Amino acid sequence: MKHILSVLVNDTPGVVTRVSALFSKRNYNIKSFVGCETHIPGTSTLIIVVYGDDEIIEQITKQLRKLIDVIEVSDITQKKHVSRELVLIRVKADTKVRSEIIQIVDIFRANIVDFQNSSLMIEATGDEDKIDALVEALKSFEILEIVKTGEISMVRKNV
Amino acid sequence: MIKTGAEILIECLKNEGVDIVFGYPGGQVIPLYDKLYDSDLRHILVRHEQGAAHAADGYARVTGKVGVCIATSGPGATNLVTGIATAYMDSIPIVAITGQVKSHLLGKDSFQEADIVGITMPIVKHSYIVKDIKELAATVKEAFYIARTGRPGPVIIDVPSDIQLSSIEYSPLTEIKVKGYCYDDNFINGNVDEMLDLIGKAQRPIIAAGGGIIASGAHNELLEFAEKLNIPVVTTLMAVGAFDTDHPLCLGMLGMHGTRYANYAVCQCDLFIAIGMRFDDRVTGDPGQFAKDAKKIQIDIDDAEIGKIVPVDMGIVGDAAKILGEALKRLSCNPVNSDRRDWINRVRELREEYPLKFEESGTLKPQYVIKRIYELTEGKAIITTDVGEHQMWAAQYNKSKIQRSFLTSGGLGTMGYGFPAAIGAQAAFPGKTVICISGDGSFQMNSQELMTAVRYNLPVIIAIVNNGYLGMVRQWQELLYNERYSETDIKEQPDFVKLAEAYGAVGMRVTKKEEVDDCILKAINLRKTILIDFVVDRFENVYPFVPAGSTLDNMIGG
Ligand SMILES: Cc1ncc(C[n+]2csc(CCOP(=O)(O)OP(=O)(O)O)c2C)c(N)n1
Repeated sequence: MKHILSVLVNDTPGVVTRVSALFSKRNYNIKSFVGCETHIPGTSTLIIVVYGDDEIIEQITKQLRKLIDVIEVSDITQKKHVSRELVLIRVKADTKVRSEIIQIVDIFRANIVDFQNSSLMIEATGDEDKIDALVEALKSFEILEIVKTGEISMVRKNV
Repeated sequence: MIKTGAEILIECLKNEGVDIVFGYPGGQVIPLYDKLYDSDLRHILVRHEQGAAHAADGYARVTGKVGVCIATSGPGATNLVTGIATAYMDSIPIVAITGQVKSHLLGKDSFQEADIVGITMPIVKHSYIVKDIKELAATVKEAFYIARTGRPGPVIIDVPSDIQLSSIEYSPLTEIKVKGYCYDDNFINGNVDEMLDLIGKAQRPIIAAGGGIIASGAHNELLEFAEKLNIPVVTTLMAVGAFDTDHPLCLGMLGMHGTRYANYAVCQCDLFIAIGMRFDDRVTGDPGQFAKDAKKIQIDIDDAEIGKIVPVDMGIVGDAAKILGEALKRLSCNPVNSDRRDWINRVRELREEYPLKFEESGTLKPQYVIKRIYELTEGKAIITTDVGEHQMWAAQYNKSKIQRSFLTSGGLGTMGYGFPAAIGAQAAFPGKTVICISGDGSFQMNSQELMTAVRYNLPVIIAIVNNGYLGMVRQWQELLYNERYSETDIKEQPDFVKLAEAYGAVGMRVTKKEEVDDCILKAINLRKTILIDFVVDRFENVYPFVPAGSTLDNMIGG
């Protein structure tokens, strides 16, 4: 099962290594790992997406909590949350297919951010499903390059 | 007052109550050693940095304080690694201070640069590299706090030499704040009443005491708890000494080389109460089959240990002494059923039916040597061991009753641990009898420390159980690999007596049973560094023996 862990850490050198080493030491696979600054100076949030059964995730969570530089760990999978990825896709686009691609881009509310004679660069943000669907839709054309960020997530709540 | 980094380091160590440090100098710690030269902090010079880490560990295990070791950058620091990993696996508080190349040379593969913080990341509780002298004092304070609180463990402080040399206005810190780590002595997470309820309902409960009992000093609470509720106690290797082996409720060690009666009792119990033990595979055998008819309660200071290997019905997180103390308080107002006549009788029968035994006749038996060491020291010596058959015999036949008096590398199983650990223990308690029970293989891993013991007049006794084999591996090869003794015959030995003498220690050799007592008594009374080479039966095996991954009732021999 997919789990999204939101980990608040002290922004010290080596903290990312310490956290990621925990996963590799225990042979757990990370799907994505994103470090972001927070509004609190001196801290960062790591959003880590892992697959594993509940027992494994519980163990990971406890091991994470033991790290001195980890301030807080929450598994937000079960909470209402918003998740986003950002993708850049370069797709081959000569004049014959260009309008068709632009239509798809519109449907997905994505943007064209670079325009060349024979290719387009498309930028899209969204949750995993949307990004996957967009990539799938563009597959009927020739995808030249994809770069994608990991997932970032935030819990929905009324504060 | 304006002080240099090196001076601040020494001040801070003293403020933490450190009286002895173990170390080895080198280019990048000269500034620190230069200040040590004038200070009244006692430094013990080892002959290999691995010895410094093990000695600090031995010191920590006997005193309950934080042990300190020092090494220079690069190879000095990497030589500490085995000692740090050993301390990590057994949750022993040590602080390792390593010199590092100057800050501006960091990351350039400079001479004697090693990323020791990176190298040790998986085997420390925490680590620091001090990049600003302003952080130095706070770092040392944090390091000690982290090493000794909660689940203890090793902490590294890597200090570039320019930081040792630079200076700053210094005044001692009294307070620390570590964001993200705060340890509360009195914290208990779990329901003590529910635990007592489960115990009240159990017909055949058993307590398994682990190293956590020693770490938390829960010796007395454990005894009172077991007696009050009438529950038999088994111990792990790490808890040898935590519960009196001669006590009617004591079943000795469980696991791979545990007693038959301990293992049978574990297989037959209906409630397994694990206290400060982490279900190592040497203890459980096949974890899926471990005490499979029993409900399980686990008490541990480390939340991540609860149910990590064997699922448990109930976990309580906190300090063992506090939790047992709390339980005892409640029991005095609200007693639960402690009438376990049938179970206690059953356990007594098991103990009578399957005693630990060995053939006493013929050649000199290793078990006999250890038994006599125990008897002639009246169980009062501090015993350290190396790793192998002699280690298991020591755990079986040296029935320590005193906690913090049996020092062994349980988790990592480090050959070469015993002798430097004995040096650390002896340095802490110069007046006590400290005996390192070693193997002919293990001793050669750190025999150079003979010089350290002799130089500082540390009267450590090294008892080599010399079977001319890497015995434990030979035993596996005999029983599981068709007697194919690949590279375990080490009959070609240095002359251990002469080796001892070469370093200025006393060497003795014992080949016959009749010589054992005299020799041990002489060694105890001489108060000098002494090596006794006990030449024993080459083919003796450790029994009982549960093959790795098997179930605890599937024991060979004994
Ligand atoms: C540093 C290290 N290397 C290898 C091993 C693997 N090992 C475990 S026991 C053992 C044999 C130990 O031989 P010895 O010290 O002579 O003790 P004995 O078993 O004969 O009592 C070996 C090689 C180890 N535990 N530690």
